Amino acid sequence: MLNFLVKRLLSTLPVLLIVSILVFLMLRLTPGDPAAVLAGDAASIDQIAQIRTNLGLDKSIPEQFFIWAGHLLRGDLGQSYYYKTEVTTLIGQRLEPTVSLAVVTITMAVLIAVPLGVLAAWRFGGWLDKALMGFSVLGFSVPVFVSAYILIWLVSLKLGWLPVQGYKRIADGIGPWAYHLALPAITLSMIYIALIARVTRASVLETLGEDYIRTARAKGLPEVTVLMRHALANAAVPIATVIGIGIALLIGGVVVTESVYAIPGLGRLTVDAVLARDFPTIQGVILLFSFVYVLVNLLVDLSYVFFDPRIRY
Amino acid sequence: MKLNRRLATVATLSVLAMATSVPVLAQGTVLRVVPHSNLAILDPIWTTAYMSRNHGYMIYDTLFGTDENAKVKPQMVESWTESPDKRLWTFKLRKGLEFHDGKPVTGEDVIASLQRWGKRDALGSALFQFVQRMDSPTPDTFRIFLGEANGFMLEALGKPSSNVPFIMPKRIAETDPFKQIEEHIGSGPFTFKREDFKPGDKAVYLKNTKYVPRSEPPSGTTGGKNVYVDRVEWNLALRDTQAQLSALQKGEVDIVEALGFDHFETAKADTSIQLPKYATYGLQYIARFNHLHKPFDNANVRRAAMAAMSQEPFLRAQVGVKELYKTCYSMFICGTPYGTTAGSDIQGKSNMRKAQELLKASGYDGTPIVILKPTDLASIQKLPDVAAQLLRQAGFKVDLQAMDWQTLVARRAKKDAPDKGGWHMFLTAWQTFDVWSPVANSMMDTRGEKSGWFGWASDDKMVTIRNELMRAIDEPTKKKLGEQLHVRAFEVATHVPLGEYMQPMAARKNISGFFVSNGNIYWNLKKN
Repeated sequence: MLNFLVKRLLSTLPVLLIVSILVFLMLRLTPGDPAAVLAGDAASIDQIAQIRTNLGLDKSIPEQFFIWAGHLLRGDLGQSYYYKTEVTTLIGQRLEPTVSLAVVTITMAVLIAVPLGVLAAWRFGGWLDKALMGFSVLGFSVPVFVSAYILIWLVSLKLGWLPVQGYKRIADGIGPWAYHLALPAITLSMIYIALIARVTRASVLETLGEDYIRTARAKGLPEVTVLMRHALANAAVPIATVIGIGIALLIGGVVVTESVYAIPGLGRLTVDAVLARDFPTIQGVILLFSFVYVLVNLLVDLSYVFFDPRIRY
Repeated sequence: MKLNRRLATVATLSVLAMATSVPVLAQGTVLRVVPHSNLAILDPIWTTAYMSRNHGYMIYDTLFGTDENAKVKPQMVESWTESPDKRLWTFKLRKGLEFHDGKPVTGEDVIASLQRWGKRDALGSALFQFVQRMDSPTPDTFRIFLGEANGFMLEALGKPSSNVPFIMPKRIAETDPFKQIEEHIGSGPFTFKREDFKPGDKAVYLKNTKYVPRSEPPSGTTGGKNVYVDRVEWNLALRDTQAQLSALQKGEVDIVEALGFDHFETAKADTSIQLPKYATYGLQYIARFNHLHKPFDNANVRRAAMAAMSQEPFLRAQVGVKELYKTCYSMFICGTPYGTTAGSDIQGKSNMRKAQELLKASGYDGTPIVILKPTDLASIQKLPDVAAQLLRQAGFKVDLQAMDWQTLVARRAKKDAPDKGGWHMFLTAWQTFDVWSPVANSMMDTRGEKSGWFGWASDDKMVTIRNELMRAIDEPTKKKLGEQLHVRAFEVATHVPLGEYMQPMAARKNISGFFVSNGNIYWNLKKN
């Protein structure tokens, strides 16, 4: 197991190297000029050229890469062209809102979707199964901003139960933090509930056809035990995979939700950085996302050991 | 055992109570504003971005300002004199002017600030062409010595829009103008709470309790800058216009600086919301030609395009709310001191048939017109579609190319041929005070490739008139020359004015003190 862990962790290094080279090159080759963005609409061509020199953008691409890579090896992601703030600081400021939203959303989604998926599989073909599958199609189909607007109108404006927007840090109190996160998490979780419920249903349905389920029922075990202890446990591997993908996507930022609910997260930071051609910030966040995806995949692979004792590393 | 369980319960409940309680902060009155965009750059001299300018108005002060009627009035200056030949200007600063670090504002600070501004701003550079030297004989005075007299000294020093000549401490103003300042100390009505600033999240300003406002009522960027709230918070994270309106309706924010046009009627009908009249002048849409390449290197072709581009379709498509826009065939904004429409008949009294005839007579060879269309800037993204349609109706071939704004900004700086990555036309919006003055208006600079702004219009006659205008001292001469410049600009077709509009602001009804600032200004406001 230890060997496996070490090998997997070491394998992140070439991944990060390739990602960093690709992102660096793509940014410099796509149209757009950070200097022109920074200078503003009324700036002259000479002023833009001067800014370009100050930012080191007049150097050759290999030279720019080696300078950046040198800083990176020292743990320095550079300074945002746009905000004049260290990229690590910017990411640090945005990490809590993004992780909070991701954790609450996925927790809510798992707690609702897994039992619903199991129920749907148990009552396959019945009204409950059909209703749940219908809801899951709706969950996939309705764009996030549409469900967000509807929920804001209903829950915030009409009923006055939850705020329209904003994020409160945990340091400001758990209550305010949860109060502000509730509606965005509900909005986002609808897609994940739809997705996880469908995968759970499919996976549990397959398991319910196995001989050991028939044996468990024949032994007189309660149906709850059959479903949760035998069916779900054996169906957990694909469900864990989907949950892992969901976490990675959430950490990657959900810019529409962040924009509508005014959550200062990594998604918004990334989009703003891309639109502003803020190269250091884009490079920094993409490296972070790459590392997170690799880590999440590792954790998901490790979780298989708990669900399936036949899997050993 | 029972006692332990009870103690554990009490301890748990206490922890929960502490965790869920909201800390009471002694903030006083807080004005919560949703600005029109994100605040990224804190140096209003380094960039022309309007958000940076607005940030500047919070924490800095200016020597002069421009009132609601476009008149320049003193602000930090108490009095001034001009020598009879107008080559020596002596200014005396008001008493009690102090930076946020407690140090008094002196003439040396002013000189350093003006020098930095003059290296970045177009009007500032024009002014400094005349400046021989500056000095500060006493701490509260400074002098500007000119090589020759000019007629726009006060207009420059009172410039209300980017780049505004904000006054900073000398040590900060001595920062290289092509690098951003690191400290944000001004002498304005608010102080900047740097430690609370989170880019893309929020910016916080506190009332400057030591600020000494003028006694006159506020008007434009002049008059008394009295602050009646303790704190102003800019919500930089709330970008969605629908969510902005919802937050305003619920009372979670107090002011939405730029209400979406789509939401205007909803906000108007909501009894908890007001739409304050904060401006007499708004913004102007324009279409800019690239004068370097065919066919727009030919003035007759440009004039044909001008004739085709009547203003109403642009305004209807982009703004849509009739009470928020008006047609105005002046390049210098209707109702302002230079706001003439002389020479504008080619556009103002034209029709499509005339445009077609002009195009036929111009010798247009069928070159497709490359129009740059931004896909991510809601404030102007419909304009290129209207332009393409009108030009096609006039007989032009059009190649409408969509791209994000940053790509457009990079591309318009290129002088390459349009079929090799260049362009023929782009469209944008200017705030009134960026274009109302013939001297400040970048599009009036017709020095060809030497001119500072994109499009590179070239006309020696306009250069001569503009130089004369800069040197004109009396108002009637300035106005006459301004009109001559305007007539010539239409003859040459430097660009096409596409009408004017107001950007609505929305606020909760308990906010009072709005005045005609012609900008996004937060002094004088009360939260009842």
